[in-house]
Amino acid sequence: MALKIVKGSIDRMFDKNLQDLVRGIRNHKEDEAKYISTCIDEIKQELKQDNIAVKANAVCKLTYLQMLGYDVSWAAFNIVEVMSSSKFTYKRIGYLAASQCFHESTDVIMLTTNQIRKDLSSPNQYDTGVALTGLSCFVTPDLARDLANDIMTLMSHTKPYIRKKAVLIMYKVFLKYPESLRPAFPRLKEKLEDPDPGVQSAAVNVICELARRNPKNYLSLAPLFFKLMTSSTNNWVLIKIIKLFGALTPLEPRLGKKLIEPLTNLIHSTSAMSLLYECVNTVIAVLISLSSGMPNHSASIQLCVQKLRILIEDSDQNCEPSVNACMKYLGLLAMSKILKTHPKSVQSHKDLILQCLDDKDESIRLRALDLLYGMVSKKNLMEIVKKLMLHVDKAEGTTYRDELLTKIIDICSQSNYQYITNFEWYISILVELTRLEGTRHGHLIASQMLDVAIRVKAIRVFAVAQMATLLDNAHLLTGNVQRKGICEVLYAAAWICGEFSEHLDNPTQTLEAMLRPKVATLPGHIQAVYVQNAAKLFATILKSQEGNTDSTAAQETSQLMIDRLPLFVQSANLEVQERASCILQLVKYIQKLQQKDVEIAEEVIALFAGELNPVAPKAQKKVPVPEGLDLDAWINEPPSESESEDEQPRAIFAKEEPKHSRPRHTEVDEKELAKRREARKQEQANNPFYIKSSPSSQKVYQEAPGVEHIPVVQIDLSVPLKVPVFCPTGLPMSDQYVKLEEERRQKDKAEKKKKEKKKRKEKRSGRGKRHDSGPESEEDITPAHMVDIVTEEMPENALPSDDDDKDPNDPHKALDIDLDNLMEMAGRRPLADSEKLPVRSHRAAEVLKSPAQDGDAESAVSQETKKKSSKEKREKKKDKDRDRKKSKEDKKKKKKKHKSEEKGEDLLGGQEDGPVGQSEETSEVAAQPTSTTAEEAATVAAAEAAPVSELASGTAPDSEPDEPKDTETEETKSSKHKKKKQKKEKEEKEKKKKKKHHHHHHHSDGGGEESVQNGTVEEEEPLPPMSNYCLLAENSYIKMMMEDADQVNDIQGNLQDGSQVVVSVIFENKCDSFLKSMEFNVLDSLNSKLQRPEGSGPHDGLTVPFQLPPGVSNEARFVFTMQSIIMPQKLKGTLTFIVKNEDSSTHEKLDFKLHFTCTSYLITTPCYSDAFAKLLESGDLKCSSVKLEGVVMPFHHLLARICFRHHFSVVERIDSCASMYSRSIQDHHVCLLVKTSGQTVSIDAKCDEPTLLGNVLDEIKQTFSQC
Amino acid sequence: MIKAILIFNNHGKPRLSKFYEHYNEDIEQQIIRETFHLVSKRDENVCNFLEGGMLIGGSDYKLIYRHYATLYFVFCVDSSESELGILDLIQVFVETLDKCFENVCELDLIFHVDKVHNILAEMVMGGMVLETNMNEIITQVDAQNKMEKSEVRLTLPVHYFYLSVYQAGQVDTGRYCRSACSCRISCKEHEPPGNAQKHQHW
Repeated sequence: MALKIVKGSIDRMFDKNLQDLVRGIRNHKEDEAKYISTCIDEIKQELKQDNIAVKANAVCKLTYLQMLGYDVSWAAFNIVEVMSSSKFTYKRIGYLAASQCFHESTDVIMLTTNQIRKDLSSPNQYDTGVALTGLSCFVTPDLARDLANDIMTLMSHTKPYIRKKAVLIMYKVFLKYPESLRPAFPRLKEKLEDPDPGVQSAAVNVICELARRNPKNYLSLAPLFFKLMTSSTNNWVLIKIIKLFGALTPLEPRLGKKLIEPLTNLIHSTSAMSLLYECVNTVIAVLISLSSGMPNHSASIQLCVQKLRILIEDSDQNCEPSVNACMKYLGLLAMSKILKTHPKSVQSHKDLILQCLDDKDESIRLRALDLLYGMVSKKNLMEIVKKLMLHVDKAEGTTYRDELLTKIIDICSQSNYQYITNFEWYISILVELTRLEGTRHGHLIASQMLDVAIRVKAIRVFAVAQMATLLDNAHLLTGNVQRKGICEVLYAAAWICGEFSEHLDNPTQTLEAMLRPKVATLPGHIQAVYVQNAAKLFATILKSQEGNTDSTAAQETSQLMIDRLPLFVQSANLEVQERASCILQLVKYIQKLQQKDVEIAEEVIALFAGELNPVAPKAQKKVPVPEGLDLDAWINEPPSESESEDEQPRAIFAKEEPKHSRPRHTEVDEKELAKRREARKQEQANNPFYIKSSPSSQKVYQEAPGVEHIPVVQIDLSVPLKVPVFCPTGLPMSDQYVKLEEERRQKDKAEKKKKEKKKRKEKRSGRGKRHDSGPESEEDITPAHMVDIVTEEMPENALPSDDDDKDPNDPHKALDIDLDNLMEMAGRRPLADSEKLPVRSHRAAEVLKSPAQDGDAESAVSQETKKKSSKEKREKKKDKDRDRKKSKEDKKKKKKKHKSEEKGEDLLGGQEDGPVGQSEETSEVAAQPTSTTAEEAATVAAAEAAPVSELASGTAPDSEPDEPKDTETEETKSSKHKKKKQKKEKEEKEKKKKKKHHHHHHHSDGGGEESVQNGTVEEEEPLPPMSNYCLLAENSYIKMMMEDADQVNDIQGNLQDGSQVVVSVIFENKCDSFLKSMEFNVLDSLNSKLQRPEGSGPHDGLTVPFQLPPGVSNEARFVFTMQSIIMPQKLKGTLTFIVKNEDSSTHEKLDFKLHFTCTSYLITTPCYSDAFAKLLESGDLKCSSVKLEGVVMPFHHLLARICFRHHFSVVERIDSCASMYSRSIQDHHVCLLVKTSGQTVSIDAKCDEPTLLGNVLDEIKQTFSQC
Repeated sequence: MIKAILIFNNHGKPRLSKFYEHYNEDIEQQIIRETFHLVSKRDENVCNFLEGGMLIGGSDYKLIYRHYATLYFVFCVDSSESELGILDLIQVFVETLDKCFENVCELDLIFHVDKVHNILAEMVMGGMVLETNMNEIITQVDAQNKMEKSEVRLTLPVHYFYLSVYQAGQVDTGRYCRSACSCRISCKEHEPPGNAQKHQHW
């Protein structure tokens, strides 16, 4: 503790820490921005220092500033530096900063690949954890591709802490790199049954996320999840599973049936509200998916509704009120789901839902409103709307009131006014709604008024009367500035009064109202309607007055128009002005005629004859394109690009130039146009869907049934249709209609009963009973108006709408991958070779060894090229691959028998792993390299970790510009050909020959000619993923691959000068039996010791933490402690294991030698050139040099090879000279100066430890001597 | 999936922001502001879910929040998460903070936002819930802190070295010395009592 304090104060000596920064910001409230900018300057200074602690501190502060909204992306590189610190403390700071501010377009992210890989395989679980957490936030497609395999390995880590993180992050990897889903899926599925609940939960989480987007691919997992659901006690997992089932049931109703029982059990038993709620939700989903004709499920519905009711009404005293509110909210939400399929069972809880309208929580009220929408029936509509109207009065906040208003209109107008039995009531409701102050939804009310008035013929008389009153009282609507929204209603009112003016009681009065000077204050579009409809009114009045003997009345009306219209002629609104001046002239002309006693009313009225039909909103779109009409074809050839560019400015500025093509065209086609016009007119006349003022459209109305025989008469008697003056404070009119409606219904009912009695007397059948016994059913209510709802017009042949397409940019679309056949075959070789995850170079060694897998690399090449092509292409390719894979699989099956026989012999011989092709293609390819025996290949691989051939061809265009390209194109071609089902066999043969050639080339590559993939390593480009796996030992059962021990950790550094080296060994099961109880043991030397768990003796073996099914490989890490690192070390070791067959099990043993080169003690460490120069100048370093003769490779290849093989980094490169740096795990500096001239490469090296240097140089020499 | 986790105080000052999808800094601030406006105008006893289009997500997303004394904890989640489950998770988060900071208050979050991030990282990873068991979370957080402490002890000599370098006159250290003397690590006791409001619920 004391130390910590001391350290804290020391830290403070030279920099502000996060706390100081926060405190400083709090103390500079007035000039915060200024203070922070000085802080950022300080941070920039700190970042320039070499001390990683200072840097980490600076980065930590930046993370805080990022939260405050400051862009810190400029420090991205420093963040990477801190991330790569070996100290956990700093590493964590670095990763946190990265997770907060890195994203796909951060370019330094490319530099992190190797660092992250290193951290992922760190023996310290928290290093791995921190790396995984960070990666989950900034994973990019590239990172995902490069690290997928490492993360896959971590999914089987011994520590559950790592396992669960690795499992979870796989989802992110899938999203970024969908190709990884298939290979990773079996293991992910395995994790569903992990002993650790955390891992299990993570796996469930990931699969649920995947399944949510593409549920059909995961149906086959249902039994497994079912088992989990019945066995798991973790509510979190249960919730996820149950939610998943909710997504699956719509696809598989049988699943639903099975689910009902366990879910109901859970509902009864659980005390966790969250679980209960999800159960109810899923039961609802199940019930929706099942056909409604399942009587035995009514019990479940009842149970759900009942439980939901409890959620809604019960307020638990122990809970916070807000949580109770949450329950209520969710209850209503779930109710609305039930409502869709089982409205009856919800409708019985109307009381409860109406209660919720009084809730003080707005979101609850809104939910309740949603529910009401689905609950209305003919019977209760008026009641519900009445209740809502009360709320409208009470509601204060305008948003909620607006919401209420729209809901009322929605409820009433739903499915073509299905539930409205009395339109007079509805019109009066609408009129009442106009009293709302400050609503934004005036246009909504207006459009309802228009819609009803147009489509319900019988209501027009009433509607017109109401609208006239509205117009009369327009001052009440427009008086207030706040009422701007509502004056839209006047638009409707004016139009209705004008259009249906024949129904007006006192048209003159209305006309007067329309032409009041105050109208000029209304918005332009409303004025325009006013003017137009004033004209219509004028025509009606004219007609009615013309019959009279007294002509003065008519002339007075004209005079009124002439007096008032000039006001509108002066309007600033063009539309108003135009209409007004037009009509003014017309009226003036009419007046003239009137003075001559000419009867003109008929002609004037003809101006406005005809009716408008409602047209469906999409009608225009749905008009089918007539045959032979190509809409995309040009009618006139478009003017050329340059012309059109010039044209616009010219049109404005240039003098009247003779226009080019366009006018000419019209002139030429004048006759043609006339012809067309004629034809069009003809067509329109014949087309019933064209809106025109011919009597044919009116026929539609006349033919519609029921207009004549409407019981309007009854109501006319009881209600004065000359509606009382519009009265904003009086008794809402709609109430009167409610009463009336009830009376009417009772009357109707009574009549019906009478009739039925009669009927029953006539026919003594039992049918009548049903009607009588039940409560008043829906059908019994006859609407007051036969609603002549004119269905909207649609063109013939209109297609049903199919607009709802999935978003093509959805990342989850790429994850729609069929996983089923994968699972059936799990355990064997479920994956097409092309689908294997890209792995580091140790796989390449395998490639060499077993040519059968060459196809692997080959297809990986095509994958690489795919990467570069666009996404669409990639998807196409995937399909192709799938095709290809199918054909391959077929072949594979055939060949397998053959293969197993052959293999058996081979394995016994322990030598040649013959060219067992998986497809014709690959076997052909393989034929060439067979000359190398397995052993040879192995030694080659050991000496030179072969570069991944996929990368070789994919990323080394500058070294071998011709051939790799060739391979690529050949590859893509080949896949195309495959698709064409090998139509062109000849071509293919040729191709194969070529390919053979390539393969040979790659092969010799691996054999030590040159490490091509490093060729791309220029100064700034990141290294492609690679590593130094080499063969350790193998026998017929197992193969061990070892990675050069480049992992270093001094985290637990309690050994003063010792360090640890981590060796990862890949065990691959090569036989058909199960390998288990593997023990790894090494004979310790004085210098190096295998770290064994505490308590075990110095000669005990380490148990390998996994078992190997046939064909599976897995990776284990072993930690060695080194005393001295200046000499290479060799350790003898043995692996013992049990081979388990179906009937027998045998003990087997495999000896191996672990070779620790000096190189393996070096860590790639970046170094700045100035620091490098200082280091060289310091004079502490001993010098040594070496000359390599006959090196034939480009210089950058050479450098890359040194970097790659010997863990150096390039400090600076000038032409054919480069300085390189590396550091040993015990902090020895190793500096190289590499020069090349011709085929001679001279390396001058400096190091503070001459023995180490000598050994490293020897190793380098050896590397190149193999060239 | 969880899209974002925000903590801000009653005045809308961000105390922690964790976005599991990338936005640039300006938009992040805008989201925080808007979320604050949405959440802060709600009554204390109303339900803890908020729907509706906002900058983040869209219609599939919900805001689930809880208000503790001076702080709002807001989770923005999509429909794959259980609403009540997330409410519980917020509770677990807060209780964990309480355990780790021993009677947590806003000041702890203000001065140790990095630690809060570390705790959160053990609960939620990349937008997915990693662990809901409080004890497990605390164990892991403690283990990591322990590791950090052991490293601090080890690095001491290095710092010592640097100190001597700096004292040789390369950098003016006076300013920092003074501040180092006046207050050590930001202990709660050193803060003005007015700020030290403890949360009632905990």
